[in-house]
This record gives sequence, C-alpha cells and structure tokens, in this order.
Amino acid sequence: MTDRAISDADVILDIAGVSLSFQGVKAINALSFSVYRHEICALIGPNGAGKSSLLNIINGVYRPESGSLSFNGRSLKKIQPIETARLGMGRVFQNNALFGKMSVLDNVLAGLSRKAQTSFIEHAFRLPRARRESADFRARSERVIAFLDLEPYRDAIVENLSYGIQKRVGLARALVAEPELLLLDEPMAGMNKEEKQEMSDYITDINHKLGVTIVLIEHDISVVMSLSDHVVVLDYGRKIADGDPDRVKDDPEVIQAYLGVVH
Amino acid sequence: MTLFIETLIGGLLAGTMYSLVAIGFVLIFKASGVFNYSQGALLLFSALTLVTFLELGLAFWLAVIVTIVVMIALSIAIERVVLRPLANRNVMTLFMATLGLSFVIEGAAQGLMGSEVRLLDIGLQDNPLFWGDILISEFDLIVAGGATVLVIALALFFSKTRIGISLRAVADDTASAQSIGININRIWQIVWAVAAVVGMVSGMVWGARQGVAFALSLVVLKALPVLIIGGFTSIMGAIVGGLLIGAGEALAETYIGPLVGGGISPWFAYLVALIFLFIRPVGLFGEYKVERV
Repeated sequence: MTDRAISDADVILDIAGVSLSFQGVKAINALSFSVYRHEICALIGPNGAGKSSLLNIINGVYRPESGSLSFNGRSLKKIQPIETARLGMGRVFQNNALFGKMSVLDNVLAGLSRKAQTSFIEHAFRLPRARRESADFRARSERVIAFLDLEPYRDAIVENLSYGIQKRVGLARALVAEPELLLLDEPMAGMNKEEKQEMSDYITDINHKLGVTIVLIEHDISVVMSLSDHVVVLDYGRKIADGDPDRVKDDPEVIQAYLGVVH
Repeated sequence: MTLFIETLIGGLLAGTMYSLVAIGFVLIFKASGVFNYSQGALLLFSALTLVTFLELGLAFWLAVIVTIVVMIALSIAIERVVLRPLANRNVMTLFMATLGLSFVIEGAAQGLMGSEVRLLDIGLQDNPLFWGDILISEFDLIVAGGATVLVIALALFFSKTRIGISLRAVADDTASAQSIGININRIWQIVWAVAAVVGMVSGMVWGARQGVAFALSLVVLKALPVLIIGGFTSIMGAIVGGLLIGAGEALAETYIGPLVGGGISPWFAYLVALIFLFIRPVGLFGEYKVERV
C-alpha cells in the first residue's frame, strides 16, 4: 500500500487485535488490518487459517472474544448480521445459500427486502406507495440482472441452474441492496479457468464501475494476484503478510507457509 | 348417475371447507416449521367472537371487521409471546407449545363468551338449487365461491408482492433469508396474521354450518388427514386434499355406507390418510427433504 495515501478517512473496515477461539483452539489470534475504500482486498491462507471465521466476525455471525472492529468509523461491537446488512455490507456465501425453489428474479428481489419502507397492509391492498415501491424494486433488480448478464436466466428456477450461474445469482442478490462493502467467500471455488476469468471480470466491474469495496477469500493464487489491490495472508489465525500483491508474493514467510507448499 | 354427480358435487363443495382449515395450518408450517395445533382453538375463538359481537347488536360487516382485528391482534401476540422465545427449538417443543396454547385459548374463549351452543347466522340461506336434476346446496356453493376468491387473493399476494417473496424466501431457507437482511420475526407475524384471517373465515363458515360451540375446535382433526394427503407445505395440496376428502367422504357415505350400516365419515378421511402414509408419506404436493452434506 505504499503508493496509496493512507488516512483514516480511506479506511472502510478496520480490524484491531481481534481474537476468536473454538473450544480453546485459537481460530484467529490478535489479528489487525485495514480494508481501504474502493479496493479489492483478498484474504488468503491454507485451509483452516481462519478466513471464513474472519468473514463471520466481520458481518456479525460470530462475536470476537477480544479486539474491535469498525465499519465506516462505526464500532461493530455486539452487532447482528441483519444490522451489518443495514449498515451496507453484503455477503455472498461459500455454499451460495440461495433460495433454490425461487426464480432468479425473485432471489434478487429478496435481496431488497430489508430496504422496504412499505407495510404488509399497504401490500395486501396494493396501495399506491406499495405499488411504486414494487416497481422501483423491480427496476433495480432488472438493472443488476442486466449488469451481471443474467437476463437469459431471469425466470429460471435457481436450483436448476449450473453452479457458475448460481454463484452469479448470489452476487446479484447481494449487489442489488447496493452494499458499500461486499464480502465474497470463495466466489470461484469449483470453477474452471474460463469461469474463473469470467467471475474475476464481474468482480472487477463491480469494483470499478460501481465503486464497491470488496473483501474476498480465494485459493487460486494466480487469480488473487491479478485481481486484488491488497492481499492479507493468514496462517493458523495469525496475519503473516499484508500489502500489495507483488510485495506479498516475495515475502519469505508467505512462501514458506503457503505459496511454496503444494496443496 | 344423477345421484353420483350430485354426491360428488356436494362432496367437493363441502371439501372446500376442509381446504380452508388446512390452509391455515400450511401457512404457518411453511413459514416457520410449526404445526400449529391451536389453529382449531383460534377458529373457535373467532367464531365465538363474531357471534358475541352480533349478539351485542353490531351490524354483520362491522362485527366481521372487529373480529378480524381481534384475531390478528391475538395471533401477533401469540407469535410474540409464545413462539418467538421458542425459536430454533425442536419441532416437538413447538408442537407442545401450540397444544398447550389451544387449551388456553379454548378456556379463555368459553370463559369470556360462554360455552353453550350458539347459532351463527352469516346471512346465507341453505336453499336447495337445482341444476337439471342435480341438487346443490346454495350455502355450500357460496362458501366454495368465497373460499376460491380467498385462495386466489392469497396466491396473488404471495406470488406478486415483496412480502410474498420474503415469505417464500424464509420458507425456502430461513438462515439465508436472515443473512440477507430479511426480518424473519416480521414475516412470522405476517403469516400468523394471515392464518388468523383464514381461520376466521373457516370459523365463520363452520360455525354457521354446525353451530358455535366447543366441538368447532375439533375441525382440526378433519384438517389433519387433508394435510397428510396434500402435504404440509403446499397450499395447492391443502386445496386438492380437502376436495379429495370431501368428495371421498360423500361418495363413501352414499355407496359404501349402506353396506356397513353408515357412519363412515368420521373415519373415512383417516383411512385415506393412512393409505397415503404407506404410499407417499410426504403427501401429494409435499417435498422430499434433500439433505445437503
């Protein structure tokens, strides 16, 4: 991050001395790093390094035992996933966690639920405000569907779609709520080279064109190095490197712990 | 042949009343996995409330609206006070809670509004109508028409509105619904409120048919076989199951009844349900659970 002027205002997510353990085993150990606004930050590390646990802490699924987190300068102490969503965090899950029996459009629309201002009664009687909101949600969803080239699958039932397309639906559902920060848990797991390239392009588009800050977990080092602005390397819950991809790549500890080892 | 068609139509029309009761169960089960045994008690409570307000001299439509408001308030209170604190407990705990609840509601209903059998006049005449040679009950026909309108309204609400989408999302995968910021407590309240309205309509038609008294809460026992046949998670299943039971019961009563000395309807539905449990335990429209590893 040497070429970047670092001031507090540029930090969107700050993690300071965070620890978490499961039954006495430290999953995350006194971890500190910052995610800067508008960057793509990759979390890498061997299996069990604590990457997914960290995402769970960031969006409020787990509560850290010590340390603190702040998002846009606001403390994330004692926060629930529903509140982090309201604050502007979106998440795409490793297992997708889509609504398999619903159409692509309905999945994307569901991503807007928490933005709703209208009440049940207004919907039951289709009052003008509810109708306007529905039209607005519909338009927003269509825009995201178009942005991610999902139009051909718009009305398809999600569980019938291929894995790669489902991943994109997951991305659309998170994106429609217009998050400031998007957490992607292995968005390219199980994909072939072309699919990975395609997904990388979408992630780059979301970052560049929509200005969304991205934190992602990925195993494929070549993808990580070409995609991200900032890499944080974890090993056994500790941070062993933090910086731009080129610097991290040459770090001896990283080479020993991760890159040099065949997985 | 005329007898057959007449019996069949009569049975199908009566079946819509079973469907109505079953839909109340499906709504709550689909959204929260709770088999709400207290649905029958709520049905009794709504019919009693309606009768009481009518006896107090309220105009019919006003009494209906007041009853709807009372039932929605009661259901939301039940969701808030009984079910929300028990969220994520196992199915049996939740079932036992609603079982207990049904006694409380039945007791409260009769304590507050009396336990003697009362007549509920909802302004429908049970005149016989003739369609050619075939006799049809006007009451059943109007009730079936009303039930159809209600079901269409529900279907539109759940498929077209934002809340419908959230509801289906919660039914599909509660955890992911929560993770994308859907307020599931809200959704459960709405489902309970809608189930209360459906229960109130069922209470109204069943109460008008057989009088308002404790026995009204036993119509849940009629809904159970309907649910087994149709599947606990499908509104379509509740409709088809209800029609099947209604028609089956009427036909069995007419054609098999004389052979065995009558009295078929109390057990016929359960016999059909038992056969379904052997052949297709999830019901006609139910879904087999696919466990993901």
